[in-house]
Amino acid sequence: MSEEKKTREKILDVKNLDITFETTAGKVHAIRGVNIDLYQGETVAIVGESGSGKSVTMRAAMGILAKNAVVNSGEIIYRYRDNVGGIDYNPENDASAQWKEADILKMDKKWIRKHINGRRIAMVFQDPMTSLDPTMTIGKQIMEGMIWHYKIDKKDAYDRAVNLLKEVGIEDAEKRMKQYPHQLSGGMRQRVVIAIALSCNPDLLICDEPTTALDVNIQAKILELIKKVQKERDIAVIYITHDLGVVAKVADYVNVMYAGKIVEVGNINEIFYEPKHPYTWGLLSAMPDLGTDDDRLYTIPGSPPNLLHEKEGDAFAPRNAYALEIDDKLEPPMFQISETHWAATWLLDPRAPKVEMPKELKARIERMKKEAQANDSKL
Amino acid sequence: MKKYVIKRVVTALFTLLAITLILFILMQLMPGSPFNDEKLNDTQRASLYAKYGLDQPIVVQFFRYVINMFKGDLGVSYKISKNTPITQLIASRLPISIGVGFAAVMIGALVGLCLGLLAAFKKDTVWDTLATIISVIGVSVPSYVFALALSYQFGFKLKWFPMLFSAKDVIGSSVLPSISLSMFTMASIARFTRAEMIEVLGSDYMLLAESKGLSGNKLIFAHALRNALIPIITVLAPLVVDLMTGSLVVEKIFSIPGVGSLLVNAIQSNDYNVVIALSFIYSAMYIGIMLVVDILYGVIDPRIRVAKEGD
Repeated sequence: MSEEKKTREKILDVKNLDITFETTAGKVHAIRGVNIDLYQGETVAIVGESGSGKSVTMRAAMGILAKNAVVNSGEIIYRYRDNVGGIDYNPENDASAQWKEADILKMDKKWIRKHINGRRIAMVFQDPMTSLDPTMTIGKQIMEGMIWHYKIDKKDAYDRAVNLLKEVGIEDAEKRMKQYPHQLSGGMRQRVVIAIALSCNPDLLICDEPTTALDVNIQAKILELIKKVQKERDIAVIYITHDLGVVAKVADYVNVMYAGKIVEVGNINEIFYEPKHPYTWGLLSAMPDLGTDDDRLYTIPGSPPNLLHEKEGDAFAPRNAYALEIDDKLEPPMFQISETHWAATWLLDPRAPKVEMPKELKARIERMKKEAQANDSKL
Repeated sequence: MKKYVIKRVVTALFTLLAITLILFILMQLMPGSPFNDEKLNDTQRASLYAKYGLDQPIVVQFFRYVINMFKGDLGVSYKISKNTPITQLIASRLPISIGVGFAAVMIGALVGLCLGLLAAFKKDTVWDTLATIISVIGVSVPSYVFALALSYQFGFKLKWFPMLFSAKDVIGSSVLPSISLSMFTMASIARFTRAEMIEVLGSDYMLLAESKGLSGNKLIFAHALRNALIPIITVLAPLVVDLMTGSLVVEKIFSIPGVGSLLVNAIQSNDYNVVIALSFIYSAMYIGIMLVVDILYGVIDPRIRVAKEGD
């Protein structure tokens, strides 16, 4: 990769995505107008509670939504350069490579399977204990995608798989190739899942809570590994997580999601140091912190709304200590704060009363800033 | 693996020995004797007992029986067909029962599998409901009801197949009994396959495989089938033995000269040796098939195979 910064190329553009699920209890409006941008080589985190629609959005982007999902509106534009030249083809070195775009929601399943899944967008799942096929060897599971997409021969695929295992930090790669998932530890299995994801040279890696099921010291190693391969291969990464600690370590941009909507988006500093949405305040306050005087862990009161029953106004209003009257009547639009920072809260309306973030949070953010500076100067 | 198999075979042999002993004791506890004929006087009866060695203590009888068994001699019938060696008696009947039963297992397993897979892939559609209805009927309606219905419809009215078993047309006359016997197996396998397949299809590894971009067929053949079918072997095994050892009622309806009716006759007439021999053969088949299943499991399920290699 050349050192000079190229123009940022947008590779994924989710516009106004709106999805409902048909369930026996009725329609569940899981995604209510989501917008997400992603540029080549960058990292975006999607943060939110369980059921906020993080995973659904990403599954839509991969065309692997559940059968009962109905896409009401929206576009998922994926931009790519055709890698006609086989598995080792690198469009960076090919002047004739043209950018193409496709709306994944309009493509049929066959096309998505052939051009997107595995080949351009690959996914790392939450629980490595269950995401590998228990009756197939590790090697076969890694080779499968390459052979399928690029029709390379078995010997070639085998060599590549061994190299991939080495790349993701697995020793005795040859021996591991013949083993089955149950013979590997959780951390190792997640490395294998990452190797599978990388096997077809994707442009985008979607990591769906990649460290939630792992214990803490393995978590850090897996995050480092993903960071390393991202840098080496210049791929974009989307993290889906509820762990702001993970976000702080990896993300360039953060999307905060609540009840099927992005409520605040900004770069990492904006979200962590100048959050504007009360929900983001709540999330940041709820992070465990050793420096605080209060020895109780803050929680956001209430629970996420049941999307089976839609309510008028802002979905977060019932849990929001700073809710205004208008929050119950009208959903807030996205207010722009800076070029990259947007938040959907009426508090940003010029007519709204001036509300500051809670004092405890402010103090905590100051501590975080100092800590970050100390870390920077150490480096 | 070798060590494991040897261990299992030795255990199986001891189990069989224990079963034979229990059978012996149970036979002694049964009221009556094979020689209940009123025309016999006490001395005649005593001489018959002495002839067959039934006057000896049970332990002696048992060991003598076991030793003879190893020589391939299962004794003679006392009553049903006097003094015929049991091996000969069974040899003519067992293959018929096994043949009809095997056909029933094959039909039941194949149709059940297809039905279950159809129901799983088309979950919550008409096909699923249809498959469920068929399997509920198959499980709850006894085989002799199917036997009578089939024999009336296809044997008596349409005359497609013979109503009764005949040695001249073994295949044709086995069709109806095999189908009636297969219904329960088919229904059980269908229900089990559906449940297993739905679980596998909803698993994380199927989602990961899907996210690799594999096509639908490849997904099912490479990942889903193997994982869904492994547990089905366990369900199938006892059904196999059940069917191959013959069913009394279905054998009666189609007048099949199988072992099912032989066993009932033997019990009614206190024909000790026949009862013991048949029970022993059933047990041996059951244990044998379970052994095969366990070994088969090791071959197809890597989780078990590897654990056994570690033994």
